[in-house]
Amino acid sequence: MNAPTAPAPLTFAAYKSAYKPIWCPGCGDYSVLSSVTKALAKVQVPPHEVVVVSGIGCSSRIPAYTTCYGFHGVHGRALAAGTGLKVARPELTVLVAGGDGDGYSIGGNHFLHACRRNVDLTYLVMDNHVYGMTKGQASPTTEPDWDNKLSPGGTGIRSFHPLVIALASGANFVARAFAGDPNGTADIIAQAIRHPGFSFVEILSPCVTFRPEQREWKQLAHPAPVEPTDDAARAARRIMTDDGFNIGVLYAGDRPAYPTLPGKAKCTPADLEAEFLL
Amino acid sequence: MQASVKQAGAADARAARPSISIALAGSGGSGVMTAGTLLLDAAAKAGLYGLMVRTSGPQIRGGEAAALVRLARAPVDSLDDRFDLLLAIDWQNVNRFADEIPLAAASVLVGDPDEGEPPEVFTASGARCVALPFKKTAKAIAGSWTNMVALGVAGTLAGVPAEALAAALSDSWKRGDEALKANLAALQAGVDMAAGIDGMPRLSAGAAAAAKRWQISGNEAAGYGAIRGGVRFVAAYPITPATELLEWMAPALAKVGGTLLQAEDELASVNMAIGASYGGVPSLTATAGPGLALMTEGIGLAVAAEVPIVVVDVMRGGPSTGIPAKSEQSDLAFAVSGLHGDAPRLVVAPTSIADCVATTQWAVHLAEALQSPVIVLSDQFMGQSRAIIDRPADAGYAAARLTAAADTPDYKRYRNTESGVSPMAIPGTKGVVYTADGLEHSEAGIPSSQSRDHRTQLDKRERKLAQHDYGPFWADIEGDGTAAVITFGSTTAAVREAVGRARAQGVAVRLVALRLLAPARPAELAAALEGVARVLVVEQNHGGQLHRYLRAMYDLPGKPASFHRPGPLPLRPGELATAILEWAGVADLEGIAV
Repeated sequence: MNAPTAPAPLTFAAYKSAYKPIWCPGCGDYSVLSSVTKALAKVQVPPHEVVVVSGIGCSSRIPAYTTCYGFHGVHGRALAAGTGLKVARPELTVLVAGGDGDGYSIGGNHFLHACRRNVDLTYLVMDNHVYGMTKGQASPTTEPDWDNKLSPGGTGIRSFHPLVIALASGANFVARAFAGDPNGTADIIAQAIRHPGFSFVEILSPCVTFRPEQREWKQLAHPAPVEPTDDAARAARRIMTDDGFNIGVLYAGDRPAYPTLPGKAKCTPADLEAEFLL
Repeated sequence: MQASVKQAGAADARAARPSISIALAGSGGSGVMTAGTLLLDAAAKAGLYGLMVRTSGPQIRGGEAAALVRLARAPVDSLDDRFDLLLAIDWQNVNRFADEIPLAAASVLVGDPDEGEPPEVFTASGARCVALPFKKTAKAIAGSWTNMVALGVAGTLAGVPAEALAAALSDSWKRGDEALKANLAALQAGVDMAAGIDGMPRLSAGAAAAAKRWQISGNEAAGYGAIRGGVRFVAAYPITPATELLEWMAPALAKVGGTLLQAEDELASVNMAIGASYGGVPSLTATAGPGLALMTEGIGLAVAAEVPIVVVDVMRGGPSTGIPAKSEQSDLAFAVSGLHGDAPRLVVAPTSIADCVATTQWAVHLAEALQSPVIVLSDQFMGQSRAIIDRPADAGYAAARLTAAADTPDYKRYRNTESGVSPMAIPGTKGVVYTADGLEHSEAGIPSSQSRDHRTQLDKRERKLAQHDYGPFWADIEGDGTAAVITFGSTTAAVREAVGRARAQGVAVRLVALRLLAPARPAELAAALEGVARVLVVEQNHGGQLHRYLRAMYDLPGKPASFHRPGPLPLRPGELATAILEWAGVADLEGIAV
């Protein structure tokens, strides 16, 4: 008797769509796309059981560049859409992706509450410290003295620290990755997908068009010299004191994830009428 | 148009009447809402229908409060012109309700002398004042409450039998036998006190009680209608006066295997609902005007990406924070037109508390069938009031979404079908993967700024709503005559009553209550107005929003007249009847009591 042949394992190519990304040459997001496909191949979840949810911005174009289901919504609300989807359809693997403007500025409130709520999502932020789609304005992670047309001489306001905010808000998995290391990033994304609860991966993804100096990130990025911790206080201290280029999983907690559907039906809708009946 | 209402004479008030109106007032915490709810329950036990409207000052706790109860032999969804009885447990700030609790010379005003004199704003009506010591009486019965004495008085004056009052109290009691005994005694003391008071009208005799009646609020009814329609995911942010809808749905959804998620804001709640619905689960959010304003970008996404969602807007006074706990029909213009771009959407409005069940159920059905957002315009008056209603039959509207089968050859999510509705692939289905997009797109869902794709998709989204057969449920059409009154929402009940009074004066007026407000239904309305020479549009807002909308979207006979008044006071049957008679050309209104 012949045993049924196991289907060939999915390779990263199975997750890459035929559409040519509309990104500038040299954009870090190409590499992140490649890391996402590699990570999904590691997890071996079929493409039609994955949804990539995004908002608006250069990096938010990513859903259509995969063979997964995609949801390209409005600016800043990707986490909200992803939350509704995952709670309603927990058997799907839901990746939420976008940029620093989408996630930390217009969507900043949703970021805080997604961390708190701890729905089993993976949130990938391709952070290039700039608004690229609108041609070069300051984002929440931009340095205060970065000169640009909208804020001549710089914004003068300190930049946002997403990893500390995520940790303080209750994210269950916090990591920093670098687009210049696609295999390392794929590893981190795969871990994030497998980790229960809300997993946040801040990916340094250079914008060589508006921030050409970010080419130097290649020299600055280095593996975190320590193992991941489940102690949030220790993780916070490390993140607050590192040089901003520590790459790796920085915190992995064990908070239980937010409950999802389908709940157990205890009665039919008609049974609900009893409480109205006189 | 200014309404002037004749006062009914004292003699008329004592005749048998189709309804009796009672206002129970006092400071917050005095228990008037509990007493009002029990009065409603007791009336139902006695075979009556009823409505209880809640009103309170702006304070969250401890302000003045009043339960406005109207009891009748037939279903009742509007408040009358005058109250037959105002009973105040105390008078603290109750004078602020002077406009909300109009009295007549024939009215009875009952207060506790230990709580001071009745305010002049009420006594000026000429109403007869009766002093009864509620507090002292309750104090004499250890463990009893003042509001139960008041309930005994109010119930008896309204003609509700003492046994029904006692049964309503016993059925709702959750605090142990001793305390129940004390409060039943307090109730009976109230019943005894009221025995000597005459001058209250009595209800005319009517048909026997139906077997199955409900006591329900409009918010609960809308929530239940949504669940009947198939909603299993709700995301929402608390807001007055929609919160009770959500608080009712949270445990109810859990019982039927669904869930309610409290979002961080309305931007999140609408996008969460869209995300869940994209995943194939019928979804809803509920809010009021300020929340609806925040949701508009998300609703536009649901239009463009063709994701079904239901948004219940329990309207309150606007603009901005407005008057949060008072009713107004002033979100209509915003609901029918408040999205950027050309964005066809559905807007429906229930016409009564009972109708909140069927209309919300219908909204779920339409959202799912047409892959479109549906805005349900309820309002504070319907949402927060409780009514005795006949059990609404299941309208049978179910969530039925056209979905794509696995491995459909040449699948295109936004295919330009004849109906405009195209099969929606649900994530998890193999071989029909697509990206839902708020960017304009080709039929395949690829972002496109090509003029042909834009035109095709705009046409498709408009066509699917315009061509749908909405059946007879699009409006309630009643009566005949060459004049017609068009209205919508909670105002319908007062208009219906006014039309009835006009008919009693020999003026036949047709009533058209629009349940489907968008898309416009010109052919259906033309048929409904067959033989009608002129139209009066009635609504509760300052700008005449329905009037303007109808004039823009429909060819109406004659020169359409408008009667509109903002909240927070409800439109009353008397002012509407007067308006209708004036409009109908009844020249001499002297001596006509409407």
